Amino acid sequence: MHFIIPGIVFLIVFYGFYKKIDVYEAFISGVKEGLLMALKIFPTMFAMVISIDVLIKSNALNALITLIEPICFRLSIPKEILPLAFIRPISGSSSLVLMSDLLKTYGPDSFIGRVASLIQGSTDTTIYIIGLYFSSIGIQKIKYSLIVGLLADLFAIILSILVVSYFFY
Amino acid sequence: MINFIFTFFLLGGIIYSFFTGNALSVNESLIQSGEVAISMILKIIPLLCLWLGVMKIASLSGLLSKLSLLFSKIIGPLFPELKKGDEALTYIATNIVMNIFGLGNAATPFGLKAFQLLQERNPKKEEASRSMITLLVMNTASVTLIPTTVISFRRLYHSSHPTEILIPCMIATILSCLLGLIVDRIFAKFWK
Repeated sequence: MHFIIPGIVFLIVFYGFYKKIDVYEAFISGVKEGLLMALKIFPTMFAMVISIDVLIKSNALNALITLIEPICFRLSIPKEILPLAFIRPISGSSSLVLMSDLLKTYGPDSFIGRVASLIQGSTDTTIYIIGLYFSSIGIQKIKYSLIVGLLADLFAIILSILVVSYFFY
Repeated sequence: MINFIFTFFLLGGIIYSFFTGNALSVNESLIQSGEVAISMILKIIPLLCLWLGVMKIASLSGLLSKLSLLFSKIIGPLFPELKKGDEALTYIATNIVMNIFGLGNAATPFGLKAFQLLQERNPKKEEASRSMITLLVMNTASVTLIPTTVISFRRLYHSSHPTEILIPCMIATILSCLLGLIVDRIFAKFWK
């Protein structure tokens, strides 16, 4: 694993040197591009982080989850993992805290602990990624991307429960 | 849409906190979460500089277009808007590979650069293109072979087999990504 990144850097720089291009100048101009990109995405990052943090710290999300708990009970989704399922697409750091709590409370080898591990490992922060990527190029009309992204998360959550049920029990 | 999400998160959180007497934590959040954003950007700047720098060398040496020809054979069909050997394909492929190896932070610069290139090829600049959405689905479904963070937390809480979730996780993540891509195809076809 530790060889991948140095290996890629070595190959690219070596190939550039072999092809007799000004490797150093090329690198510098790329770094400039990187700085400009950072400057461009920072306002988006700032806005996303603040709005997500306010939503989570206000506990509004938890209230929303209590509202839909009965529906999930019917679908036999264990209610303990609901907060994780909802926060996972929104915030990476908050969902990590939730997963850690679930592992601590129910044990990493319990049904809930395993499902939590799978949810954390098989999905990513959809809303944050969509916000960051589209804002970085100034697109407001994101069409069906949010629906598809959240559907993929829903699939991952359902599959996590199914796979744990079939694999371990 | 992003405008709506931002407004909803911010106003929803503030109003809810007023009604539940939780205004103190929202007050703290507004003041402190900016620091989180700063530390996030500080973490990503060196990666952006390193990878865009290295990739500039690859671009000028011709390595990038060679790799793109190779990648268009593998992932080209997923991105029909891109011509054969388009440089965006290498950024997309690298982004996917980095994610698979669990190098999420290193994957971001490639994803952002890919988006920049996709926007250059986008006929309607104010609207998301089909390729952008496909790339996003692959990112948010996050196919990861080894979820290192999850395993370390399992070890922390004394799991008898911290790595027993590896194969189940792989099944869940690959299947959900495939389902996501199928749904993406369906939406691409029927979205007006």
